[in-house]
Amino acid sequence: MKLAELAGKLELKAVNSLFDRELTGVYISDMVSDVIANAQAGNLLVTLQVHTNVIAAANLVDIAAIVVTQGKKPPEDVIKMADKAKITLFTTELNRWQIATKLYESGVR
Amino acid sequence: MSEELPRAGAEAPGEILYSERWTIRGGDFDHGGEVAAAVKSTLRQFAVAPEVIRRLSIANFEAEMNVIMYAEEAVLELQVLPDRARVTLADRGQGIPDIGLAMQEGWSTATPEMRQRGFGAGLGLPNIRKNCDEFAIESTVGVGTTLRYGVRFPL
Repeated sequence: MKLAELAGKLELKAVNSLFDRELTGVYISDMVSDVIANAQAGNLLVTLQVHTNVIAAANLVDIAAIVVTQGKKPPEDVIKMADKAKITLFTTELNRWQIATKLYESGVR
Repeated sequence: MSEELPRAGAEAPGEILYSERWTIRGGDFDHGGEVAAAVKSTLRQFAVAPEVIRRLSIANFEAEMNVIMYAEEAVLELQVLPDRARVTLADRGQGIPDIGLAMQEGWSTATPEMRQRGFGAGLGLPNIRKNCDEFAIESTVGVGTTLRYGVRFPL
């Protein structure tokens, strides 16, 4: 599924530009070493972490987009860095389990 | 103290096609991952296979964040050879008293602040070793740590 289509289905709004691309799956983690070692290129990352080191790690392994959960707001430097890395940043009030079920229901595997 | 992975084949001297150095400053969280990103774009120019770039990028990111979290300053040197890419990362810092422990998954000396940022899982050095075809670490307490690691290019 394409990122823009998924964003529409889940009513997710990007806090930066939406860089549309094909999603290869989802990875959920708050540990940076876990993200960089196990998330795959084209994945959507669901996480509570919103700092520049996570964007750097996501960029190194070519993550497509990040959903920041529990209403956490990305700071300006994080948004800028995500834009530069062409990683779409979404925020949601939902927690990781709630967004995981919605992602599954929307057909993402 | 030191620990070394057996090398997959005979160590050939090899012709160095390219080398470059970057400095990493301890405590510089704001730029964490930038050196790993610079190495990645260099390797892309050499048309290295994406899967190999991925493995070295994981190692570089972990090594870079280790310097930022635990050392004062380090120089990371990348060497590109016809059949592999090698990294030497030498830092000035506190050193590692027990390398065996530091290599164990789950062992960490991260502060609560680092843990809050999603570090301190005790996966840094194990991730480097796991993703590399060559790995060696030497450390002297109070002086610093030197990592040598590398990836082979698929034939």
